[in-house]
Amino acid sequence: MSFPWAREYQPSNGFTRFLDEKLPLPRLVYNAVGAGYPVPRNLSYFWNFGVLAGFFLVLQIVTGVVLAMHYAANAQVAFATTEHIMRNVNWGWMMRYAHANGASFFFIVVYMHIFRGLFYSSYKAPREMIWLLGVVIFLLMMATAFMGYVLPWGQMSFWGAKVITGLFGAIPLVGEPIQIWLLGGFAPDNAALNRFFSLHFLLPFVIAGVVILHIWALHIPGSSNPTGVEVKSESDTVPFHPYYTAKDGFGLGVVLLAYFAMVFFLPNALGHPDNYIEANPLSTPAHIVPEWYFWPFYAILRAFTVDFILPAKLWGVIAMFASILLWFFLPWLDKSPVRSGHYRPLFRKFFWFGLIPTMIVLFICGGAPAEEPYVMLSQIATAYYFLHFLVILPIISSVEKPEPLPYSITEAVLGSDKKAVLGENTTPAV
Amino acid sequence: MADTTATASTETVVKTDDGIRRRDFLDIAAIGAAGVGGVFIVYPLVSQMAPSKDVLAASSTEVDVSSIEPGQAIKAVFRKQPLFVKRLTDAEIAAANATATGSLRDPQSLEDRTKEGHRDILVTMGVCTHLGCVPLGAAEGEVKGEFGGYFCPCHGSHYDTAGRIRKGPAPTNLEVPEYEFTSDTVIQVG
Repeated sequence: MSFPWAREYQPSNGFTRFLDEKLPLPRLVYNAVGAGYPVPRNLSYFWNFGVLAGFFLVLQIVTGVVLAMHYAANAQVAFATTEHIMRNVNWGWMMRYAHANGASFFFIVVYMHIFRGLFYSSYKAPREMIWLLGVVIFLLMMATAFMGYVLPWGQMSFWGAKVITGLFGAIPLVGEPIQIWLLGGFAPDNAALNRFFSLHFLLPFVIAGVVILHIWALHIPGSSNPTGVEVKSESDTVPFHPYYTAKDGFGLGVVLLAYFAMVFFLPNALGHPDNYIEANPLSTPAHIVPEWYFWPFYAILRAFTVDFILPAKLWGVIAMFASILLWFFLPWLDKSPVRSGHYRPLFRKFFWFGLIPTMIVLFICGGAPAEEPYVMLSQIATAYYFLHFLVILPIISSVEKPEPLPYSITEAVLGSDKKAVLGENTTPAV
Repeated sequence: MADTTATASTETVVKTDDGIRRRDFLDIAAIGAAGVGGVFIVYPLVSQMAPSKDVLAASSTEVDVSSIEPGQAIKAVFRKQPLFVKRLTDAEIAAANATATGSLRDPQSLEDRTKEGHRDILVTMGVCTHLGCVPLGAAEGEVKGEFGGYFCPCHGSHYDTAGRIRKGPAPTNLEVPEYEFTSDTVIQVG
């Protein structure tokens, strides 16, 4: 579906006419990310991050396929082949650093994308399905990133794998058999490494598939926008191409500058030096931490220290999974009819002074050793996190009095006195 | 083609009074057979992920305890994980027995955790029950924690001389694996 004023694809020569008749792929692209897709005219740079995430997915697949040509998923040689890539393979160091930092940047842009979705309530009707698919993509990303970090078979790889698969061991009765089944042994070893490699290769293509569904679901209602007011007329939109291909292209350039600065000048800044020591099952690194993008969730995992009916460890596991799974219910927890945080005074306060500081505290605590004051801070932050989504958000949406919304996107952009801005011609040039 | 099937279905299917058609039997039989076949396909797909025969074959370990002096411990490998075998001194046994079992997070006496006739041999996994790190205290000169047993540096769990959790986040005592004395000086673990 699209707006009735969407431009129609016109094949310009014999070849494109032939294609359009047999397999209308150019038409699909034209309608998806070309001039055939009308988009609100007021999108800010926060709307760049979906395209950026797509870019990093492609980058990860390309660099990953290249690395797989030189890597061997065998516990005897995995660490050595990683070093082989770094030292012997032509441009191997660049491919590996591009892949490792690409993962970090993939998470950075996806976190910005989620942040945008939370502040502008992009998850609300009629866009619930886009949000739900997005959460699925995020879960798949986490699984893929975790398994990828195991592959170099360094100390952090090994102990990260042990701690994370150990989480399943916390499940009563069936936990330990499940853990042994997942690992194919009693501790991470060749069997685990091999299956992690297999799945790490597979899952990005699954992600790509869900991304296609995500974009398909997006094109049914069309993009949301910073006012949260739905598109009413043609003057509210501009064609995706050239307007947003240009804007996304500019954003991509800025992000690539930061990305390549990391790849070339600080390639190991986001990694951990212990991972350049080969995996040793008999010696634990002093301080086991996951990759930075898991820190908030790791903090929630470790926040539970007291047994209450269930063992503390199991509560931690439940809370960690629940902290993400509750996003699936977000479209129905936040019932306010107003989408954008710009018009929701109460929501805005709890968002900036509640949720955002909480996420920062969880992030810091997850990367810190499990000692005071970090334990107590992560407990308070975990409590607020769940309170925010499960209690505060539903209450806000029923008691809040939203600020007046603009009549339309055009009015929000050009002011109500359209004549003064546009002269006699009230229809803006598209 | 569509026409012939339509005619066939209207002419050949005999309807009885209770609405059950003869073809329903075929449907149920076909779906049932496919379902059973599906299970036969899924079972090997799931089972292949379980530990393979060579991993299982390496799942028992023999340790000679004769050379361990009192107060000394050795690290062995059992199922690719560290195993601590320690010969306790009299003082360590006394310290372990002096603790009231009821006051412990995971109440177990030293008797529960050692074998008849070999009360001085403490066999535990070298795997912290919190998040799986390897505790310190087995090797010479390592920190033994506040209770003189083992100490996990990851999140600060203290184990006493019987390997019981006394302080810190770990939920249970260091696991005592299944083992037996095959002779006076040799244990077989697993």
